Amino acid sequence: MAIEVRIPTILRTHTGGNKTVSGSGATLGALVEDIDNQHPGIKGRLVTDEGKLHRFVNVYVNDEDVRFTGALDTELKDGDSVTILPAVAGG
Amino acid sequence: MARFASLVDSLGGTPLVGLPSLSPTPDVRLWAKLEDHNPTGSIKDRAAIAMVEAAEKEGRLHPGSTILEPTSGNTGISLAMVARQRGYRLICVMPENTSVERRQLLEMYGAQIISSPAAGGSNQAVAQAKELAAQNPDWVMLYQYGNPANAEAHYTGTGPEIVADLPSITHFVAGLGTTGTLMGVGRYLREHKPGVQVIAAEPRYGELVYGLRNIDEGFIPELYDPEMLDGRFSVGPDDAVHRTRQLVEREGIFAGISTGAILHAALGIADKEVAAGRKADICFIVCDGGWKYLSTGAYAGTLDEATAALEGQLWA
Repeated sequence: MAIEVRIPTILRTHTGGNKTVSGSGATLGALVEDIDNQHPGIKGRLVTDEGKLHRFVNVYVNDEDVRFTGALDTELKDGDSVTILPAVAGG
Repeated sequence: MARFASLVDSLGGTPLVGLPSLSPTPDVRLWAKLEDHNPTGSIKDRAAIAMVEAAEKEGRLHPGSTILEPTSGNTGISLAMVARQRGYRLICVMPENTSVERRQLLEMYGAQIISSPAAGGSNQAVAQAKELAAQNPDWVMLYQYGNPANAEAHYTGTGPEIVADLPSITHFVAGLGTTGTLMGVGRYLREHKPGVQVIAAEPRYGELVYGLRNIDEGFIPELYDPEMLDGRFSVGPDDAVHRTRQLVEREGIFAGISTGAILHAALGIADKEVAAGRKADICFIVCDGGWKYLSTGAYAGTLDEATAALEGQLWA
């Protein structure tokens, strides 16, 4: 099972500069564990010590914000696309 | 009644129009709330006029006062119009990667523009405006991201208008910038039409715009309350441009690019409702017309060319 994860500029120090990485997991939480095994340290940038998504990190599965689909428990399937973005101002 | 004492008085009461061509079936219908029919041509007139009037009521604004605001364009244009009418000076802090039309309009209305670096996006504009406000305590920062009058304008205006025109509404879709529209209409719907799904569409810009130095520089508007939303979608420039063009070609509505992003989310919901065999009346916001974005390149050439042209620009 392969899921493509788009990495924002600010986190590419963990991925050797790569814009996308590939990982696997039945849930978003499992996927984060898997990419952290490949790219140590990235989990700490995304998830707090309490096990929640960092306040200023937005994660989208197929363009939908995971905070409305179960956060780290959001279920994933093969071919899903995950995008990580820092929270920025609009308006 | 279509006669008003002044331009500002003509705020709101915008038309709601059906989309006979883009609606997927007679049972799943899309409705566009045409906010480009406001005094300066965008939904931001509602927030701007409400914030100025609230500050006047609180005694924070007097003739000759200076208003300061971080804005990527539309809020600035709305504020500039009303500030000029009422004798206030306006200073806008605006990221340099916003379209030339927005700058020209602001200057025409007499506003002063302070540019913030493109690489910092709107976050940087907000930070810079907060610094300026601290250095100039006599200036009045209305601060659209945290001013309750912004959301209140939609709670008392946009929301009731929509429900009056579309009592059968099942979904409301709008853009997420300051979050004012979604928070205000969302709260009105939660209270008066529980069960209506409130959906946010947020623009996904090119990488330059997310150029923070660290995650903790991230920004969430103080007005934002996720409890008011049922879902939130990120829409890239390719989908936004595609839908903006479809809206002109199929329905005759010439809208800005952020409206294309909102329509994309609305059509995604429409497809799900058709697949589930449900009836739906989906209302979405047309934030403004396309005029201010012609120079971005979004309306010329192929979709790929237009998408490439938007890279690095704040297109919503």
